[in-house]
Amino acid sequence: MARFDRRSFLKLSGSGAVAASAGMAGILASGRAPAYAQATSVHWLRWADFVPASDQLLKGEIAAECEKALGVKLTIETINANDIQARVTSSIQSGSGPDIVCVLNNWAQLYGESLADVSDVAEALGKSQGGFYETSKVVAHDGKRWIAVPWSVVGLQIAYRKSWFEELGYTNGKFPETWEALREAGKKLKAMGRPVGQTLGHTFGDAPAFTYPYLWSWGGREVEPDGKTVVLDSKETVESVKFMVGFWKDSLDEGGLAWDDSSNNRAFLSGSCSATNNGASIYIEALRKPDAYKTEKGGPLKDDILHAPLPKGPGGQFSFHVPFSNMLMSYSKNQKGAKEFLSWISSKPVFDKWFVTQKGFSVGPTTDWEKHKLWDADPVMLPYRSAARTGRFAGYAGPSGRKAAEVVTKYILTDMYAKAVQGMPPDAAVKWAHGELARIYGA
Amino acid sequence: MAISYAVREGVYAGAPRRGPLTRLLEDERWLALLLLLPTAVLLGLFIAYPFVKGVLLSVSDARVGVPGSFIGLQNFIALAHDGIFLEAVYNTFMYTAVTTVFKLALGLWLALLLNRHFRGKALTRAFVLLPFIIPTVLSTFAWKWMFDPTFSVINWTLYQLGIIHGRINWLGDPQLAMISIIIVNVWRGVPFYAISLLAGLQTISPELDEAAAIDGARPWQRFWHVTWPLLLPVTMVVVLFSVIQTFADFQLVYVLTGGGPANATHLFATYAYQIGVGTGLLSEGAAVSLAMFPALLVVVIVQLLYIRRVEIH
Repeated sequence: MARFDRRSFLKLSGSGAVAASAGMAGILASGRAPAYAQATSVHWLRWADFVPASDQLLKGEIAAECEKALGVKLTIETINANDIQARVTSSIQSGSGPDIVCVLNNWAQLYGESLADVSDVAEALGKSQGGFYETSKVVAHDGKRWIAVPWSVVGLQIAYRKSWFEELGYTNGKFPETWEALREAGKKLKAMGRPVGQTLGHTFGDAPAFTYPYLWSWGGREVEPDGKTVVLDSKETVESVKFMVGFWKDSLDEGGLAWDDSSNNRAFLSGSCSATNNGASIYIEALRKPDAYKTEKGGPLKDDILHAPLPKGPGGQFSFHVPFSNMLMSYSKNQKGAKEFLSWISSKPVFDKWFVTQKGFSVGPTTDWEKHKLWDADPVMLPYRSAARTGRFAGYAGPSGRKAAEVVTKYILTDMYAKAVQGMPPDAAVKWAHGELARIYGA
Repeated sequence: MAISYAVREGVYAGAPRRGPLTRLLEDERWLALLLLLPTAVLLGLFIAYPFVKGVLLSVSDARVGVPGSFIGLQNFIALAHDGIFLEAVYNTFMYTAVTTVFKLALGLWLALLLNRHFRGKALTRAFVLLPFIIPTVLSTFAWKWMFDPTFSVINWTLYQLGIIHGRINWLGDPQLAMISIIIVNVWRGVPFYAISLLAGLQTISPELDEAAAIDGARPWQRFWHVTWPLLLPVTMVVVLFSVIQTFADFQLVYVLTGGGPANATHLFATYAYQIGVGTGLLSEGAAVSLAMFPALLVVVIVQLLYIRRVEIH
């Protein structure tokens, strides 16, 4: 151990004191803190991405660049998407936690009072990148201000087995265009042990992304445009439920009642499902591991996957994509740094790097990203390119506010269909769901 | 006399002077209070405070980030008309009752077997505890795979054995989903019963059993008239703990079914979590949690009174 005597200590501390006093004078004269005292950190909580390469990029290259560009030490924490709300709740109640949380769907509407106003960041972003999709805006804007900055939209399309549908006559990339046609095709496929797969379980993404647009396509809706009058119990909704009961029995994998967001991926990749409404994660995974995922004929599964939108119903053709947005928590002591970070990470050069790793699984929150050269690389991904344009969001025809978010998180529409396929008469299932909605919207 | 006086004075002169604190602590009532203080502080911080906070939340309209105001019993009145809550109440009582019966029966059976002498007894006893030792979330994930709608190893085995020809929809069918969570709870809970009851069995003198055998009592009679009455107080305590834990079960159902399909497996705790944390309605979530309190209180009082009666008897 090095010897450290009294004399050398005095010498050192004396010079330190001189340096410190000169530094202090300098700081006082300049009126701002020295650079080392300004070093800030931003804690960003996100879901564990279905595309792991994107998380690797954020935690590695982007975090390093952030420190270089903004002097901000970026801490990225990734957790299961189903656990994000628990973290948000405990953080808000305790007044401490991540500075920024990336949430799904319209969850931000549940926490409006605890979120900082990020209108300046969001407005600038929208203006510079061709304007937000409606689905990005309705979940992050409370009617008066932006409560979150839109980040991305995970587009949902039906991933289906090209060869299996070709056997039924759907050649040249065609897919059943109506629910009746899909039911017919699904019936034949199910008889061959290749059912259509769809969750009606309590899971955040795939469940509402199917049941909401399905309801709309039959002409059903939750509320009137006033956002108060519940109109779920209608002839159209009952018809949609009646059809679902037969569709479920004839064409769908009945295990879907217990599926979570990853179950349909596993079922499709294992060859036990012919079509499922999903993000592009199935295709991306098949692309990533062509030797692991094969068709029954031994060819790579990736070459036997195509994408199509959800079929039409009597009320039209709709979709529900999963928007992501970044909430700046009002308890954060680093509001300025966090806002600078949000502007920086959403800027084109930085976001571009993340966008490329997603390979189309996520589209940008603004229309400009439809022009990206990534879309020229793979025609199979093309249906996702502008999918977000057709998206409606929960709470239709009213605003997608807190009450709509409550309906989503309680899985009421999903349970309406689940109850019916389990044997509850369609009229009763609709009445039950209508009652639950009336309780929520009437509160 | 004079000498004895002198000695006494000497004794007092040598003794340390007692301060007011020492004098206070010499009073047993104050000493008891002081000794109880750490426990009282711990109980207050970790049990009384959360409980009172829960009660206050349940009579308010608080949401996440919004303190809310007093609304009396409105949350409880709303719950009485909430179909999902009523389903959760039914599920919780059914789940607790069925699992308790199975855990007690299987646990007792296992305890009686483990109380016998055989080779590898210590190792077997250690293995029996495994389900109880493994973190619930971890073991439940394993069960989730076993019940998987598409890849269930149970279904595969039954299919290969020719017992079934289609798939059993373990977690997708409401009744089967309830049966599935009951199976996992019983699997996890039996070791607790078995080891606790085994400890109880080992306190019973074998001589009593032998005496009964000499008197001609059959094994069942020896169990029913000798072992069971002596084991009853321990059994009641074990059942009491188990009922409280099962009534408030969360992790197992949350991981296995998330309360689905269509709320068929929601319990008090999972529904409280969905409302309080998922939907951000803290007050309603607290009301759901508190709704189980009266039922638990009755169970605890009845069982404690029974234990007391058995002990006095």
